[in-house]
Amino acid sequence: MVKVLKPGLSTTVQDLGRPGYYNIGIPLSGGMDRLATRAANMLVGNDEGAAVLEAVFMGPELEFTADAMVAVTGAELPPKVDGAARETWTSFAVKKGQVLSFEFLKKGARAYIAISGGIDVPVVLGSRSTYTLGALGGFKGRKLEAGDELPVGSGKSVKEGRSIPANLRRVNGNPAELRMVPGLYWHRITETAGKHFFEDIWKVAPEADRIGYRFKGGRPLEFVPRTPPFGAGSDPSNIVDACYPYGSIQVPGGTEPIVLHRDAVSGGGYFMVGTVISADMDLIGQLQPHTPARFVSVDLEGALKAREEREAHLHKVRASLS
Amino acid sequence: MPKELLSPLPGTFYRRPAPDKPAYKNEGDEVAIGDVIGLIEVMKSFNEVKAETAGKIVKFLADNEEPVMAGQPLAEIA
Repeated sequence: MVKVLKPGLSTTVQDLGRPGYYNIGIPLSGGMDRLATRAANMLVGNDEGAAVLEAVFMGPELEFTADAMVAVTGAELPPKVDGAARETWTSFAVKKGQVLSFEFLKKGARAYIAISGGIDVPVVLGSRSTYTLGALGGFKGRKLEAGDELPVGSGKSVKEGRSIPANLRRVNGNPAELRMVPGLYWHRITETAGKHFFEDIWKVAPEADRIGYRFKGGRPLEFVPRTPPFGAGSDPSNIVDACYPYGSIQVPGGTEPIVLHRDAVSGGGYFMVGTVISADMDLIGQLQPHTPARFVSVDLEGALKAREEREAHLHKVRASLS
Repeated sequence: MPKELLSPLPGTFYRRPAPDKPAYKNEGDEVAIGDVIGLIEVMKSFNEVKAETAGKIVKFLADNEEPVMAGQPLAEIA
């Protein structure tokens, strides 16, 4: 068991998510950075889909009531055991009675804390992930609070000091480049607006979260005039309600693009300029507020190629530990 | 030896509890451990920044409403 002494800002139990219920409005959830989620588990000898803790911007403080192996991946959030520094992306032992805490965030946004045996909260609809908006899964359907006692499964024994080489830890460019496929509603904006959308440097807004990442600072989009169809609102960014894919980029009022992420809402009435490709979704989860980013257009072929490259990268990570 | 109070979070730094309220602390004010010196807004929540050392605020190193990164110095306390 692990006792939560301090919860951090928003620390939740996440695994690789809960596919299959988006049609009834329950999103995938799971770690925003899936590669980091898998890597943390690999380092401590867990199945890649075991439940870990996702800590945003600030680490929790955890007391261990049994010996365990731990690994922290994703953001550069340096861990400490009883105050002594440990490496990220590397397995380290925590003894019964010791306290795991963290330094200030150095880089990235979300750290993944895997504990050997995995966080053993009940499986809900096939996953241990927390969907806080629906109070579903994870630890009581919510982010952690001080005093929570997290059940931990029984782990395999692995060595301390297992590490993922630095060149296999993905880092964001500056500006971060988010590849996207322009979408069904692209025709709603003018050609000039479309050009501006890709030229402009956007910045992550402070209100970005697991549901959606909002961006600010680019020029407002200009719409092609129309008579609103029945069921669409009068605002030019409104459409007749439609499905929202993961990664879809809606731009309410044409001003601030929002990329829907793992806790996405499944539908609504805003037009979407396109969809961020699956290969770049992990990267979004590591963007701090105010980070500059730009959107890069790719076609479907490009998106599939990027997905293959991601898969190859994952194989390399696995191979580095075997 | 002056100590820098570092931001525990990335976000927007505010020196006042609300736009129409006075600043929590001004330069030259005494602070005790645990005194709130500002707020960081991130992910739709406002988080208090508390002094970790007692002393006097020599100067603020970040402005009101300035975007800050985690670990960035906010104030110097001596």
